[in-house]
Amino acid sequence: MSTSAISEARLPVSTWLRIYLRLFAVQGSWNYEILNGNGIAFCMEPALRLLPGGRGGEAYTNALSRHARYFNSHPYFAGVAVGALARAELDGVAPGMIERFRIALGGPLGSVGDRLVWASWLPLCSLVALTAFGLNARPPLVVAIFVLLYNFGHLSLRAWGLRVGFERGLRVADALGHPLLRRGPQYVGAAASFFAGIAIPLVAHRVAGDGKALALEITLFAIIGGILLARFAEHSEGWRLALAVLALFVLYSVLR
Amino acid sequence: MDVVPIVLLAALLGVDVVTFPQAMISRPIVAATAAGAFLGNPVAGLVIGSVLELIALGMLPFGASKYPEWGSASVVGGALFASQHGMPPGALAASVLAALLTAIVSGWSMVRLRRINAFRATRLRSELDAGSADAIVGLQIFGLTADFVRGGLVALAAMLLFRPLIPAVVSFWNPGAVYSQAIVVAIASVVAAGAVWKIFHSIPYAAGFFLSGLAVGTTLLMMT
Repeated sequence: MSTSAISEARLPVSTWLRIYLRLFAVQGSWNYEILNGNGIAFCMEPALRLLPGGRGGEAYTNALSRHARYFNSHPYFAGVAVGALARAELDGVAPGMIERFRIALGGPLGSVGDRLVWASWLPLCSLVALTAFGLNARPPLVVAIFVLLYNFGHLSLRAWGLRVGFERGLRVADALGHPLLRRGPQYVGAAASFFAGIAIPLVAHRVAGDGKALALEITLFAIIGGILLARFAEHSEGWRLALAVLALFVLYSVLR
Repeated sequence: MDVVPIVLLAALLGVDVVTFPQAMISRPIVAATAAGAFLGNPVAGLVIGSVLELIALGMLPFGASKYPEWGSASVVGGALFASQHGMPPGALAASVLAALLTAIVSGWSMVRLRRINAFRATRLRSELDAGSADAIVGLQIFGLTADFVRGGLVALAAMLLFRPLIPAVVSFWNPGAVYSQAIVVAIASVVAAGAVWKIFHSIPYAAGFFLSGLAVGTTLLMMT
């Protein structure tokens, strides 16, 4: 099969699966020099074997050398880049254009992924699992809720990215305007805010293990403290504060 | 408590944070529960995992930013707390503190590993420029293996330090169990509420959604 015939159709299933599985290790050698550039080349490699000359051929090594360079994207959206760049290579797009495309693609894939996954989907899944914990769910159920819910989004996103990247090639930027990617963080964030309200009093009650009044007092304290923390310590990280206060509390409780 | 399975679990879940497969099985609510289950006390693991999850809510692992590594640290915290039979007063506070300190050291070790990976990538530059698949695959395998070793070493050091220390802290502990646990969950809840506000305050009606959830949560609390 010629490369153009492959690119017009779809990647062979075995190649698609190899790339998909490799995407889970796209950040395997993440570093401050080329970020996940090496991972992108690692993931694309099975597709590049389909280039004229096959594995080890001139087109194959030239393409690999182009992609084992600086690249930055959200890991779950790396599939979009891998699919689109593989398609461009198999279509025989000029190297200069591929290079410009690589440079243009990284930023949006990073920011879209950060907003949708790290700042929306992950907190929502955590808060849903915490709500289940607060409702006295057993450990296997709480873990299953988190892992299944989170990975439903995670696995789907990786598969969608690879598929849409390969289908659209250099025109993949249109796909990033998908309503789910544009408005998704807003809806997911609203749901996360709702679940945060449910989770805090229930978790406080289950952990403190005393009367309901104590859980409500903790909740009130959390709301006031949280607002003060967000307003007046905007640039500080909450976990650092938790560490400092907890260390003082432990010292006080031991030395008193 | 046998340290070896805990260290192996911590190494495995430490890898999940960044390198493979990022399925978030390294999140505290999963990792600490798994550690507790390893020691036959999954409920204790889930309790400390939930507290750590509240604290971790605001930590967003954006690209090159530096952040605590929760995977290995949560396994350590879960194991320490689950091994204190009967959840004595102070065990939760001391174990959460140990987990937070471990998370900082583990986060620092991730930064060191990224620098080592960068050094290796620079050293292999000519092979990478020549399109060597062996160099590309080798770099990935090195990074994955080194991350596994990193998480394991951090967990081993933390377990060796904190395993004898936590019972000692608990033996000197003065406040009662309810008061101690309430303080810990209050600190975690403040951090979580602050994180939720910081992340979602720009979303239209976010405060309304939060207050609606609070009404539902309070109602459920009264009903249970």
